[in-house]
Amino acid sequence: MSSARTLSVKNLSIEFGGVHAVDDVSFDVEPGETFAIIGPNGAGKSTIFNLISRLYEPTNGTIHYGGQNLLDLPAHRVVSAGIGRTFQNIELFEHATVLQNLLVGRHAHMHRNPFSNFLFWPGVRKREIEHREKVEDIIDLLEITQYRDERIADLPYGARKNVELARALCAEPTLLLLDEPASGLNNEETDDISFYLDDVKHDLGVTLVMVEHDMNLVGQVADRVMAINHGKLLAIGSPDEVRENPDVQSAYLGVTE
Amino acid sequence: MQFLFKTAYNDDIRFLAKTGEKVRVSIVVIFLLAAPLFLQDYYLAELGLLLVYAIAGIGLMLLTGHTGQVSFGHAGFLGIGAYAHSVLLTVGFPFLLSILTSTAIAGLVGMALGRSASKMHGFYLAIATLAFGILIETLFGEWSSVTGGHMGYAVPALQVFGVPLTEVWQQYYVDLLFALFVVVGAANLFRSPTGRSFVAVRDSELSARCLGVNVEWVKIQSFGISAAITGLAGALLAHHLTYLAPDVFGVLESLKLLLMIVVGGLGTILGAILGAIVISLLPVGLSFLKGALPPAIGQTAGLEPLLFGMIIVLVIVFEPAGLYGRWMKIRFFFETFPYYRKSSFVRQKSYLKTERMR
Amino acid sequence: MLPLSDVVHLAITGVAQGCAYGLIALGFVLIYKATEVVNFAHGEFMMLGAFAVLTLSEALGWGFWSSFLVGCMAIAVVGYIVDAQIMRRIIGESQASIFILTVAFGFIFRALAGMIFGWNARSVDAPFDGKLVVGDMIEINYDRLIIIMATVIFVIAIRLFFRRTRFGVAMQAASQNQLAAYYMGIPVKRLVSATWAIGAFIAAAAGALLAPVTQVDTTIGFLGIKALAGAIVGGFGSIYGALLGCILIGIIEPFADYFLPGIKGVSAYVVMLLVLFVRPEGLIPQTYQKKV
Repeated sequence: MSSARTLSVKNLSIEFGGVHAVDDVSFDVEPGETFAIIGPNGAGKSTIFNLISRLYEPTNGTIHYGGQNLLDLPAHRVVSAGIGRTFQNIELFEHATVLQNLLVGRHAHMHRNPFSNFLFWPGVRKREIEHREKVEDIIDLLEITQYRDERIADLPYGARKNVELARALCAEPTLLLLDEPASGLNNEETDDISFYLDDVKHDLGVTLVMVEHDMNLVGQVADRVMAINHGKLLAIGSPDEVRENPDVQSAYLGVTE
Repeated sequence: MQFLFKTAYNDDIRFLAKTGEKVRVSIVVIFLLAAPLFLQDYYLAELGLLLVYAIAGIGLMLLTGHTGQVSFGHAGFLGIGAYAHSVLLTVGFPFLLSILTSTAIAGLVGMALGRSASKMHGFYLAIATLAFGILIETLFGEWSSVTGGHMGYAVPALQVFGVPLTEVWQQYYVDLLFALFVVVGAANLFRSPTGRSFVAVRDSELSARCLGVNVEWVKIQSFGISAAITGLAGALLAHHLTYLAPDVFGVLESLKLLLMIVVGGLGTILGAILGAIVISLLPVGLSFLKGALPPAIGQTAGLEPLLFGMIIVLVIVFEPAGLYGRWMKIRFFFETFPYYRKSSFVRQKSYLKTERMR
Repeated sequence: MLPLSDVVHLAITGVAQGCAYGLIALGFVLIYKATEVVNFAHGEFMMLGAFAVLTLSEALGWGFWSSFLVGCMAIAVVGYIVDAQIMRRIIGESQASIFILTVAFGFIFRALAGMIFGWNARSVDAPFDGKLVVGDMIEINYDRLIIIMATVIFVIAIRLFFRRTRFGVAMQAASQNQLAAYYMGIPVKRLVSATWAIGAFIAAAAGALLAPVTQVDTTIGFLGIKALAGAIVGGFGSIYGALLGCILIGIIEPFADYFLPGIKGVSAYVVMLLVLFVRPEGLIPQTYQKKV
């Protein structure tokens, strides 16, 4: 879809009132790969996402994406740099339809002038139609046509997960942060998600970074895995390497040295 | 039940998709256009006033209903529009320029308030806007060199391009013209990026931000547009009042505007219009009720505020989606007849969704 | 310039007035912490309290303190019913609706009070006449002094209640996480209603104590809005913050009325807006970043 770039995180740290939620973590995500972050609850996985999407201000460290310093950007500019995201506890616009949600997904690409919008000049309509074409492509890709005009509040949980993924894709990101894409889904729905993620990766060429607990899913889709605990990096490598790592095993099994 | 087969993107953009909607809206518009032919002057003037309140309601609806920012001080903008328009007319501005300027002034004040309000949440915003309303009212009273203070301010007669439009029907058409303009404009907003970003900010600031919405700027915009529309309504209202006094634009008026949109149904333009109808019919219904009740109760001084309060309580408790929600249910009933079930619109159980963790 | 004795006098009056605001704000903060509802009708609880105590002592000829106790209890029951019957039903609705709902209660209470107790302002004979004079500077009427004392007593009582009693600790738990508290077997609904009752009780007490100082009519509930402004200035998060803000507002008000007659009566709001411009979350912020 567009040129892929490298996400490069160096010495990232953040403190909340003395608690080191993320402590000196560094990693690179190469263009086109699928990178998974694993760790026990409270390990700081989502915090890393929130730092990348600029919702939190790091106490230390740098985040670059394709040579651009993300720390120079306010949160609402991150998506224009090519980074989209989903949320652990789905954050959709509850009282709007699926279609409207997806159109907000295109916000970063939209020309928005309240005056011309108020008067709905012909140019506005022309651009609306162009954006709607893009949105329909995503709707087809993720097969959510039957929900198109439903309000989010009326959707089942699994469908909401799909819609959120779709909304993030509407922004045409080159890198997608997925916060527990399979949480709360049954086996069948998890299989569907891994199938869709495969499409996203290969058809759209999007680099994927995901936080996930489901090790099966991680094993299926991830090229590399990073394990963290207590905000500290434990291991980076292929899924098998990380699974064999003694530190990771003790973190998960609760064995302390 | 009518199914829509969408074959073009314009099918989603178009305002009125279903035949029933087209028929209903046409009937209303024709009725409004033809009203001077069969309505007496008194009722026509009331209808004009209703349209003005519908405009003000839409203004507040954009902010509170669609962007989720509560304002307890919107009568302040109504007042700014009214006073600015009257003062400019007195100074010698032509009507159109004056109304545009006063709309713009209200909009700018709205943006200024929005700039500080964009950082506030929930009731901080409510109480700040309430204070704004109280202070604006005080300003109208104290700045007597311009506003005439508590003595009041006479509004110059309505005339456009030197043609006096003082007949009731002429004024009515002026109101109708602006009302249609605002309704269509507001509806336009919601089929374009600006309106969608409003709704996004209301439903989830967090994900709106992550999708590229500049949340603070959207709030400022929303305050600005909302204040401008309400200011426009104020300018039109001035001609209905013919004499401006500060207390007309006090806290009670702000509450009346809020009552309108809550009773009508938050988050829909139709709700603002339905609310305006309720507000206009309320005095009529009350006087009817007073006559029907035994004098001992009917003549009591507190009856009006009591009923005012009780209507709000009943609507919010039993129909939180307002008249609009009721209307949707009725429509759904007929469209799906005989399959309507009570559970179609059942409310989910809910627990406190904390605002402290925004 | 004002002579010093006047300054002292205004300041003392201000502190007393601020404490009255503080008493009302106490109820605001309690209810807010428990339910995140800002009860815009809270001032009306105060107004009802004043009327109830007044009526009991006038009509039934009871002594001040017994009518005080019974009147405040009655208003507490009203508070409990308001939550149990109405507020409970609309949890989860939009904030705008909830604000409007409480405002509507204000309308209903004012109208009912007017119908029952009459629309004319009534004055109350102070059961505590006279004033305390210390030196040649400080003098304070007993009726004002008693408001200050009541504030101190209520604050201590509430503190002990939340720290020492099972009930109070459970209330705190429920205010931090309703769902979790519910799962732990805490009767959240009843606790919330009880919080409303306590808030209403304190407001009614404030009204009853204020009655000898000001006249009583249906509009004294609007003091509640100023109490709210004061609570915001100090910070809604803590009882002490709110109280401090209210006293600050109480002190500023008489001076502002004297030096800036143009903003007579609205200086509290000016101060609040100024504070909010500098610190949008009040002096002591209470909102945190939502966890995602």
